Amino acid sequence: MSTATLQPPSEESRPAPMEVNYLDVEYGVKSWLLTTDHKRIALLYLISITIMFFLGGAFIAVVRTHLLTPSGALLDADTYNKFFTMHGIIMVFFFLIPAVPAVLGNFLLPMMIGAKDLAFPRLNLLSWYLYMFGAAFTLWAVLSGGVDTGWTFYTPYSTASSHTNVIPAALGIFITGFSSILTGLNFIVTTHRMRAPGLTWFRLPLMVWSLYATSIIMLLGTPVLACTILLLAIERTLGIGIFDPALGGDPILFQHLFWFYSHPAVYIMILPGMGVISEVIPCFSRKNIYGYSFVAFSSVAIAVFGFLVWGHHMFVAGQSVFAAMVFSLLSYLVAIPSAIKVFTWTATLYKGSIAFDTPMLYAFGFIAMFTVGGLTGLFLAALGLNVHVHDTYFVIAHFHFIMVGGMVMAYMSGLHFWWPKMTGRMYPEGWGRLAALIIFVGFVLTFLPQFVVGYLGMPRRSHHYAPEFQVLNVMSTAGASILSVGYVLPLVYLIWSLGYGKLAGPNPWKATGLEWQTPSPPPPDNFAVTPTVTEAPYQYAKGVNVVG
Amino acid sequence: MSANHSSLAHHFADHEQQHEVAVLGMWVFLATELMVFGALFAGYAVYRAQYPAEFAAGSRALNIWFGGINTVVLLSSSLTMALGVHGAQVGRRNVAVMCLALTALLGTAFLVIKGFEYHGDYVEHLVPGLSFSDQDWLGREPHVHPEKVKLFLFFYYTMTGLHGVHLLIGIVFMTVLTILAWRGRFTPQYYGPIEVGGLYWHFVDVVWLFLLPLLYLIGPR
Amino acid sequence: MDSVPLFPEQATAHAEQVDALFFFLLLVSGFFIALIAGLLVYFSIKYRRRSDADRPAATASSLKLELTWFLIPLPIALFIYIWGAQLYFSWARPPDDCMEIYVVGKQWMWKFQHLRGQREINELHVSVDQPVKLTMISQDVIHSFFVPAFRIHQDVLPGRYTTVWFQATKPGKYHLFCSQYCGTDHSRMVGTVIVMEKRDFEIWLAAGGDGSMAAEGRKLFQKLQCVTCHSADARARAPVLEDLFGAAVHLKDGRTVQADDGYLRESILDPDAKIVAGFQSIMPSYKGLIDEEEIAQLTAFIKSLRPGQTPRRNEEAEPPLALPIPRKTP
Repeated sequence: MSTATLQPPSEESRPAPMEVNYLDVEYGVKSWLLTTDHKRIALLYLISITIMFFLGGAFIAVVRTHLLTPSGALLDADTYNKFFTMHGIIMVFFFLIPAVPAVLGNFLLPMMIGAKDLAFPRLNLLSWYLYMFGAAFTLWAVLSGGVDTGWTFYTPYSTASSHTNVIPAALGIFITGFSSILTGLNFIVTTHRMRAPGLTWFRLPLMVWSLYATSIIMLLGTPVLACTILLLAIERTLGIGIFDPALGGDPILFQHLFWFYSHPAVYIMILPGMGVISEVIPCFSRKNIYGYSFVAFSSVAIAVFGFLVWGHHMFVAGQSVFAAMVFSLLSYLVAIPSAIKVFTWTATLYKGSIAFDTPMLYAFGFIAMFTVGGLTGLFLAALGLNVHVHDTYFVIAHFHFIMVGGMVMAYMSGLHFWWPKMTGRMYPEGWGRLAALIIFVGFVLTFLPQFVVGYLGMPRRSHHYAPEFQVLNVMSTAGASILSVGYVLPLVYLIWSLGYGKLAGPNPWKATGLEWQTPSPPPPDNFAVTPTVTEAPYQYAKGVNVVG
Repeated sequence: MSANHSSLAHHFADHEQQHEVAVLGMWVFLATELMVFGALFAGYAVYRAQYPAEFAAGSRALNIWFGGINTVVLLSSSLTMALGVHGAQVGRRNVAVMCLALTALLGTAFLVIKGFEYHGDYVEHLVPGLSFSDQDWLGREPHVHPEKVKLFLFFYYTMTGLHGVHLLIGIVFMTVLTILAWRGRFTPQYYGPIEVGGLYWHFVDVVWLFLLPLLYLIGPR
Repeated sequence: MDSVPLFPEQATAHAEQVDALFFFLLLVSGFFIALIAGLLVYFSIKYRRRSDADRPAATASSLKLELTWFLIPLPIALFIYIWGAQLYFSWARPPDDCMEIYVVGKQWMWKFQHLRGQREINELHVSVDQPVKLTMISQDVIHSFFVPAFRIHQDVLPGRYTTVWFQATKPGKYHLFCSQYCGTDHSRMVGTVIVMEKRDFEIWLAAGGDGSMAAEGRKLFQKLQCVTCHSADARARAPVLEDLFGAAVHLKDGRTVQADDGYLRESILDPDAKIVAGFQSIMPSYKGLIDEEEIAQLTAFIKSLRPGQTPRRNEEAEPPLALPIPRKTP
């Protein structure tokens, strides 16, 4: 009966149930597009967000090339404005927000708590379809003329002045927002109700705490964005006047509503990355994490405080001095929990046994870059200083240090760390380290000059800039070209490893954590028998049993 | 997606866990709904504080009879909903089916009455963009600005409209539940979907209880 | 190539103060970055994995250390906060003796009106050592007035005045940028602030321009028939405008407001929003009949009105002679 084409194993030759993994259990496009297995959904997300990442990257590659000269020879102003807008929209809503939660979170959360799946598997699939539907809408907006309002959609420009596809782009984001809300809902309910016996809250891996805190923000913040976008779309089509001063409306109201979501959104982006680092550092220093409860509480503190600081985007927008003072103070308070985490990770290395595998290299990069980015947040929260650097490249450098130097590096760290678990294959370690190094160098060269040119006064979103800024812009573009090479490398070798990578056992890193106690790749129901947990996480000192 | 001949989904340990998950899930979902309506309430609050005269004038123009009758209708539907959940809990299938069906019916009645109300608003020139006359509002004491009355009416239509959409979804939900209950799907062990539907329905009701005074009862009539 | 600047010029005392905070923050950041990076490197070397069998003992966390690294950054953060807030106050509160200039931002240019009458586009001449207050408004979308050398920023909004002030200490030419994205030519909405020595500025000021803003405003006052109702007679249909600016105004609905730029602008465009006690709402709106620059001129005129200076109504002026005046024959 054997033929040249690949056949799923027949009933007689099918191996015993626990030896089938989630990739092999069913074949065919339908088994993927109608799956409710959280692991398969995670891979669906992985493919989607990777595509969106490179698309958003392509836009900014063209922008950075254009910025080689001050008078903009490459793109005309309208096209330039569309390109930076679309870079922002795609990267924020279609890459940064879903990346770690939807890929790593979806894959790992049930496994880390000893469950068979998330609380609502079908809702999980719906989340992915909503993401794809929103992405399709936005891409349609991009292809049919683009949108040029900046990802922040400030009124009245977006409602009364721009002649581009504002509403389709906004609707795309609106739809994708529901994906975020449903994922957050799923994670929260799962964490509350589906933990394995013995797995109390303070025995949870810190990744779970981070995902939980992230989910709170996704849940409570995203609906406000949905409402804001709705009002934006209504104002643009019907001209009711809700944001139009000529009709009694207030454009600053839009800013308040928009930033009420979009500030917590940046914590959606960074918290899961911090969770990854909290898993990687103990593993590659073979130490328990220093000060577990402080780290756990700081995740929740960041989520809560993160909702109280949105006005720090509006210090020169025309709000009252009193309001500005309150927001500035709260912004300093929200920095403290992040600082605690950085100190904790550093302290974890003390008297450890440190290895420098790729995930750990990215983790080091994260700590360094996130520290720089976070410290520049102190500059921006200082009212008098903010008045100078607001809306300059200083701000751009600040958030890219955190988003790219922090979040993307954390994502890469997590991707490499859990790649063997997800695929059953090891990636080539030499290439992994090389790519990490290239990314680090490229990143610093791209964004460090932006602090300088920002303080000098180069405004954001500039198609055309003062000639004395050129040298710094050239440096930044040079860095960007190195950075793009660094990102393409993992794309190539990770795909290569699917077919040719070394087979990974259940626990190639000898890490603690329930996800490492099952085969790689895991069987469809994750565990043969639901595990019972009897001790705290990160018990590296006791030695780790490597199954199989 | 397997056909559920067992009412226990494969990833749950027991019915109790499944039930708790469903209920917690709905509470969490309602928290997000609160934030959506919350954003609208926030916008409403900002503009009402700025333009109290216009908001009061616009509110007076709305038809309080429709608003009042609809409130009674919706409150009654919450009663039938609660009775339906209870019926399912104690295994009385006929009670459950009756009450769920009544709930759906009362919800539909609300929407029908709302439809008549919107039509009345249209006839009274209270629909900015479709049927509105600046003249109606000029020359009043205290003076009101037609543009700002339009802002009030915008909030009225958006908030009641969003509420109506949620109610419609609820009615569909109730209809499905009625059919499933009639088919004997629910037992005292497995009635999670009804309880969850009840939570959603009561939330929609509570939102209306806030909308009523904020939209219809701003000033003396 | 000319020297590449790495740091902006300091053209005001405020700029120097902002830079002081900046350098302090650089110091603090440098310290923490060096600390963390140093520890990362040091620990990586000292505790690098020597054998696969390494099994380091667990470390208990010390509450003392946890509290230390929580309680040390906190006062530093608060100190920076207070310093920043203090700088912000000084940016937000113009001194009393400012020279006032009106600014209108529109896609994609900056228009300036000096009280003495000069009008400029994309260039702003000011004197050194003279505090200047800009009262700004946008004609369309949100813009932002940004002069890096002064370290000041202020969003320019449609429908509402915002103000910013500065006192230049160094003559020279400084970049002016728009830094709130406003459409196609946002990055070309640039200008130059030209700081001149006092004497040169006086010469420049006297040299150009039509009548002063107040004089232009007076012409508008008559052209738009404001004078028909707003006469010097307190019993007339409309309030007297002499000495109005800055005074407290009692409104019909019981509120009391201050007659500032915003109040005057609103009264011209939306007179029924605030009706003065004792008067009826009969003033027509001038929305669409007057642009932002003309509003600024009218405001300048009203600001300048002292008792006895209200122009007379046309009917009260001397009638022209019916007969031609005979020419003087040589």
